[in-house]
Amino acid sequence: MFELLGVSPQALFGQLLLGLINGAFYAMLSLGLAVIFGMLNVVNFAHGALYMTGAFVAWLLLEFLGVGYWPALLIAPLAVAVLGIAIERTMLRWLYKLDHLYGLLLTFGLALIVEGLFRNEYGSSGQPYQIPETLQGGQNLGFMFLPNYRAWVVVASLAICLGTWYTIERTKLGAYLRAATENPALVQAFGINVPRLLTFTYAGGVALAALAGVMAAPMVNVSPQMGSSLIIIVFAVVVIGGMGSILGSIVTGFGLGVIEGLTKVFFPEASNTVIFVIMAIVLLIKPAGLFGRAA
Amino acid sequence: MAEPARKMEPAPAPAGDALLAVRDLHSWYGESHILHGMNFEVKKGELVTLIGRNGAGKTTTLKSIMGIVGQRKGSIAFAGQELVGLPSHRIARLGLAFCPEERGIFASLNVAENLLLPPMIRPGGMSVAEIHTLFPNLKEREKSQGTKLSGGEQQMLAIGRILRTGAEMLLLDEPTEGLAPVIIEQIGNAIRKMKEKGFTILLVEQNFRFAATVADRFYVVEHGQVIDMIPREKLEARMGDVENYLGV
Repeated sequence: MFELLGVSPQALFGQLLLGLINGAFYAMLSLGLAVIFGMLNVVNFAHGALYMTGAFVAWLLLEFLGVGYWPALLIAPLAVAVLGIAIERTMLRWLYKLDHLYGLLLTFGLALIVEGLFRNEYGSSGQPYQIPETLQGGQNLGFMFLPNYRAWVVVASLAICLGTWYTIERTKLGAYLRAATENPALVQAFGINVPRLLTFTYAGGVALAALAGVMAAPMVNVSPQMGSSLIIIVFAVVVIGGMGSILGSIVTGFGLGVIEGLTKVFFPEASNTVIFVIMAIVLLIKPAGLFGRAA
Repeated sequence: MAEPARKMEPAPAPAGDALLAVRDLHSWYGESHILHGMNFEVKKGELVTLIGRNGAGKTTTLKSIMGIVGQRKGSIAFAGQELVGLPSHRIARLGLAFCPEERGIFASLNVAENLLLPPMIRPGGMSVAEIHTLFPNLKEREKSQGTKLSGGEQQMLAIGRILRTGAEMLLLDEPTEGLAPVIIEQIGNAIRKMKEKGFTILLVEQNFRFAATVADRFYVVEHGQVIDMIPREKLEARMGDVENYLGV
């Protein structure tokens, strides 16, 4: 069969795995973007920078304090969540009633500042981050070699995505979030502290980005521009899935990662653009996105 | 439960024992000044109705009490506590609950989630079972998306969900708007039961004939001010004035 397709199984499964890995990051990042947009009406351009910040916090913890990967998975998202709270409380809060454009400009500016600070301090060449000892090595599956760390990333990110979906669609807190997305004034008039809920949402969304950053650190060089190169694709994923749809973000994230991986096998020339071609087609046929509700 | 005897001697304008006292209330939406010095009171256990023509400021009055208008000046005292200056979630926590004119049922929540959404602010509210007895349709359709209900069922849901929170005062904005007579009758029965249970109710109603069947007193609102107060027992004698006020 592989001969018929003209590709080797190693190449096919290798790219499939890479696609799943990329998809995992698309999903985790677009999930945060979708939740933040739904609740705050803010297109969070700082998302990539905060993903990068998460990776850098992990690297700094290891480099200067000797704190390893596993604690960093908890500490870095918490640190970025605190940063998120500060951003929401001091800046974003004043923009909710204005046009989306203001939130977009503010967060874009923040992204440039955060990236600039890290570039100034640590240069742009990137810092290596070791795979934690327990996840080094891999499994030979016969048709391909599966590195343990990559398997862990796929499984862990799936669990994180499903956990986020469950929290939003099946819990009381999630019901508050969904209701406040529709009609914040009424939810507040029921006695729920909506301003605090918004702060919490932003902090949660960016913590998710930071968590993705820590998970990415051992696979890529931790560099100031690691977020900005990813975030453009993630925005395309959000547009394709539909702004504000949780399940849409997850399915679209993983799906597009896989499609991108397969394109690398069968038509490598298009692999950098395939997501944007899909975005254009989806926008023409279903402008609200595959899973979006028409406004 | 036995129907309690109708109070025969309610209300000349109540004095110091008001649960809600609104004094010289002004409200704005952006630049537009809607309320121009509202004055009225609601005593504990009373059902008071604001009547008046479209655009008189009745809905704005309810929204001002809940703190969801742009700007408020004057005084709104609830159980002795000043509401002007408080954010709306703090106001709700004091024991006020609001049922908006557009009903405000959430499309992304099912019926059960809509019903359970408003947090309990104190013990003493109705149980879900009691609410289901009051509005049996809500039980049958628990798993439906909130906005898939009929208009009447959505209204029942909008009223039902504020009964379990323990709030002692309910603000109902046009609960009969756009509903069939048989549904209006059901809502009317529910409102009478709520009153028996001891809820204090401030009702805004265009449907005067409906309001006349449930209210203890009527305040007439015009151009953002209260221009008259009519107790129930004077209603018949003053029907001419009412018709004049409402322009019917």
